[in-house]
Amino acid sequence: MSSDQDFSHYANPGALVTTDWAAEHKDDPSVVLLESNEDVLLYETGHIPGAHKIDWHTDLNDPVTRDFIDPEQFAAFAASKGITPETTVVFYGDKSNWWAAYALWVFTLFGHADLRLIDGGRAKWVQEGRELSTEVPQPRDAQYPVPATRNDPQWRAFREDVLEAIGRTPLVDVRSPAEYSGEVTSAPGFEDKEGALRGGHIPTAVSVPWARAANEDGTFKSREELAAIYQEEAGVGDSESVIAYCRIGERSSHTWFVLKHLLGYDEVRNYDGSWTEWGNGVRLPITVGAEPGEVPAS
Amino acid sequence: MTTGTPLARIFEEFQSVGEQQRLMLLLDYAKRLPELPGAYRDSLQDMDEVVECQSPLFLATDFDDAAEVAHIYFAAPPEAPTTRGFASILQHGLSGQSYEAILGVKADVGSHLGLARVITPLRLRAVNAMVGRISRSVRDHVG
Repeated sequence: MSSDQDFSHYANPGALVTTDWAAEHKDDPSVVLLESNEDVLLYETGHIPGAHKIDWHTDLNDPVTRDFIDPEQFAAFAASKGITPETTVVFYGDKSNWWAAYALWVFTLFGHADLRLIDGGRAKWVQEGRELSTEVPQPRDAQYPVPATRNDPQWRAFREDVLEAIGRTPLVDVRSPAEYSGEVTSAPGFEDKEGALRGGHIPTAVSVPWARAANEDGTFKSREELAAIYQEEAGVGDSESVIAYCRIGERSSHTWFVLKHLLGYDEVRNYDGSWTEWGNGVRLPITVGAEPGEVPAS
Repeated sequence: MTTGTPLARIFEEFQSVGEQQRLMLLLDYAKRLPELPGAYRDSLQDMDEVVECQSPLFLATDFDDAAEVAHIYFAAPPEAPTTRGFASILQHGLSGQSYEAILGVKADVGSHLGLARVITPLRLRAVNAMVGRISRSVRDHVG
């Protein structure tokens, strides 16, 4: 039950809110709810009253550079949703918050201070029989000064960083076991899309499928359970930095959120190029099979 | 695509409105995906799962060899309206059509809906995968 949810044991308890909290605060002038779904039409079928839609694909990406939007575009986008730098931005979405975590991570790149996820996402709100609305709210008037930078170095890993990190920094592969071992070259259900020429994983990366961080209802596991999985079993231990990746960077945003906000690792980067880049990349080494593998001889 | 067929008329319907309205039209189709016939309702496992789709989608094809027409049925959950919308377009456009007409449909249905910019080409591949699956089912039956 949501009223029993206690976030105080997490490293950053403020990064999560309950559905109860969302219901109570959704109309606060300092709060903006953003629904971020895989399904581009789901918001239109009904959403939390007052929530705005954000599309991870069309709102956050620059199709020309295959990169995220720049600070000017971000400022314009945020203002168009009634967001100022002081706003508490609360994300939620379908599929256990995959795309909500992805949108939250992209907002992090621009240094927005107060970003939160609704624990359990859209499914939990729906399961609890809470109100849904098809009315698209009018955004409040808002000004968002252009952020000085998009802080890629702190939160984002590029292929060069990952190549450098092999054998030095823990790498967490959050894809399914069959993708990790190389039996398949795309995610289950995503065949014919986002595929790669080679199957396998980045040498030394440990396999922790993203869903292991979630309970059956899509809420996050307790800090103790998460520590047992990532710190101990996966061997991330007390490492200062860690890099997560998946296929296009959305499932690894979910894991990024766990490592950064729930377990409190300092330097957590998401390799958003992920397997669609690495699996197809020239001169990038891979390991095939269920074991993490060795550092390749250079 | 031959003009005047139900599927061609659906393409025209999409192309006659602006991009944002196309999204609403897709949602409208999602709402109009027909209920599964009783015979299939409790036996989803007897239907063919289209694994290319990001949300669960099931397809069944009934063949009327005397008339040489195929009836197509889909099932997809309400929390996957985009998948339901695509399925509904194909159900309305192809169900009850002749084997020949179905086999004549090109696999790039997605590009005829004018949704590439609002939905992204990546997501449009799902509808093409569904067309491929329907054609294969008819081809396998015809032999």
